[in-house]
Amino acid sequence: MSYVELKDIRVSYDNKANILKDLNLSIEKGELVSLLGPSGCGKTTTLRVIAGLIEPNDGEFLVDTQNLTKVPVHKREFGMVFQSYALFPHLTIKENVAFGLKLRKEKKNSIDKKVKDILAITGLEELGDRYPKQLSGGQRQRVALARALVIEPKLLLLDEPLSNLDAKLRLAMRIEIKRIQRQLGITSVFVTHDQEECFSISDRVAVMNKGVIEQFDTPEEIYNNPKTEFVARFIGFENFFELTPTEEWNYKAVDGTVFHSTRDWEPGKHTGTIRPDDIEITRNNKQNENNMVSGIIKVRTFLGKSYQYEVETPIGKLLANKTDDVVYQVGDEVTLSMPSHKLIIV
Amino acid sequence: MRKNIGLKIFAGLVFAFLLVPLLIIIVTSFGTNTTIQFPIKGFTLEWYSKVFNNEAFMDSFFLSLQVAFIATLLALIIGVPAAYSLARHRVFGRNWIKSFFLSPTIVPGLVVGYAMYQFIVIKFQFPIIQGLFLGHFLICLPYVIRVVGSTIEQLDFSIEEVSWTLGCTKLQAFIKVVLPNITSGIFASFMLAFINSFNNIPVSQFLSGPGVTMLPTSLMNYIEYNYDPSVSALSVILMLGTIVLMYVIEKTLGLASIS
Repeated sequence: MSYVELKDIRVSYDNKANILKDLNLSIEKGELVSLLGPSGCGKTTTLRVIAGLIEPNDGEFLVDTQNLTKVPVHKREFGMVFQSYALFPHLTIKENVAFGLKLRKEKKNSIDKKVKDILAITGLEELGDRYPKQLSGGQRQRVALARALVIEPKLLLLDEPLSNLDAKLRLAMRIEIKRIQRQLGITSVFVTHDQEECFSISDRVAVMNKGVIEQFDTPEEIYNNPKTEFVARFIGFENFFELTPTEEWNYKAVDGTVFHSTRDWEPGKHTGTIRPDDIEITRNNKQNENNMVSGIIKVRTFLGKSYQYEVETPIGKLLANKTDDVVYQVGDEVTLSMPSHKLIIV
Repeated sequence: MRKNIGLKIFAGLVFAFLLVPLLIIIVTSFGTNTTIQFPIKGFTLEWYSKVFNNEAFMDSFFLSLQVAFIATLLALIIGVPAAYSLARHRVFGRNWIKSFFLSPTIVPGLVVGYAMYQFIVIKFQFPIIQGLFLGHFLICLPYVIRVVGSTIEQLDFSIEEVSWTLGCTKLQAFIKVVLPNITSGIFASFMLAFINSFNNIPVSQFLSGPGVTMLPTSLMNYIEYNYDPSVSALSVILMLGTIVLMYVIEKTLGLASIS
């Protein structure tokens, strides 16, 4: 059994629509797992169920084989970092960080030492006597992290902790969070809607949609091998077209073109998808082979290092990117070919 | 920048309309005339000494002070948790309850006073002093709930949640995290409620009885038989008190945020 187990968690408000539908998630000790998805997908609700801020209508939540489903939030001993940082405005940075330790009635020496150590780890030594409003966003973020970590929590929960920072700081802080998380070996759950942020920081990612986990895998697996159409769309597969399975690994498109995919084969799946970057675009040669389709360029968009072409084809509108060594015009007839190792069926 | 002379004159007139009567009272309180007359003939502090030597004034002044203080304190004890609950919990009929708590500030004072008279004095026959405490507590409560409530609503709820995750029970979180961050609201509502109770006429009038007179009532009784400037002197003293309190509120919270 894993260190953290969510079993068949169901959450609904006022017993109407389900926010979470029989959600299952297992997290190993020391792992950093991200919950990724668009707003309203249930990722924050999942985090709040773990924290104990929401009681699930059904299901079980275990940490280290202990059933915590009914344990109230103040007895769970988890550290949580909120999007708004939620520092106590009336306390200094030191007092903010010491807050949890004082509640545990630890000795003053021990509190002072722990506070000093965590402030050093988070790079806040100089700021201990200031008040939160005297700090910058990035510094507040560190204080929130230090305050959550100093109680040596069994779990660290992060609710979109970087979304209030500017782009440059966000990049620095996510490296920082990863470093501290590794250094302390603390099992962490990170909620975000930012794909890049999530991939760079996580050991594993749970992509969520409408209260269910669509895919739970390593960032590489999710990026290269999405299992559902939703996941594919969310991580930038922009081309989707209907296929009819003929035999294993072989499909027929609506215009009769045969498509072949060397990727994972599962019965029942029948939507082909491919990234715009992976489509090869050439001038129409009138003799299409397998995995090729012809069409007319409708729109051309300059993306910087490449152009994106929107091509009207018999199997639907497709997007293809091509570097600017050869430039096509709107109205040109072109052939798009999809390498069988890049074509994914979801 | 274009200066709007017309607007300035208009604003000046409005201020004059509001302030001149007060100025006249202040001036007459120093006059040697035996009735309230303007302009004054000479300067004296006699009326002030008369106020301080008038036993009815001093007794009712300290009674009013005592009633206002205890009623406001009671209102805080009941009102702060109530305001918290209304701000944080999905209480059934929350908006309805909120408007209900505003009603004593909207309903005419005379109506409120008469209603309290009906219940506190006639129906439940409270002793006079306790009745006064209760009545003034009821006129203080809306101010507390409203002012403290708006302060709590401005407070980031996640600081409470984070204190729970750090090991606080809900009560500990309220004491250690909520209270220290709403002191300005509590202080301001205390001042407002105190001034309102102290200056309230109808409720005091209806609820007081033989031998128990609140300051505004005592003042009215006095005016009925005497029209000397000690009334002006007393008014100036009360104005000064109110100005000091308002200044304190302005310095701590800002009047704009509570009106």
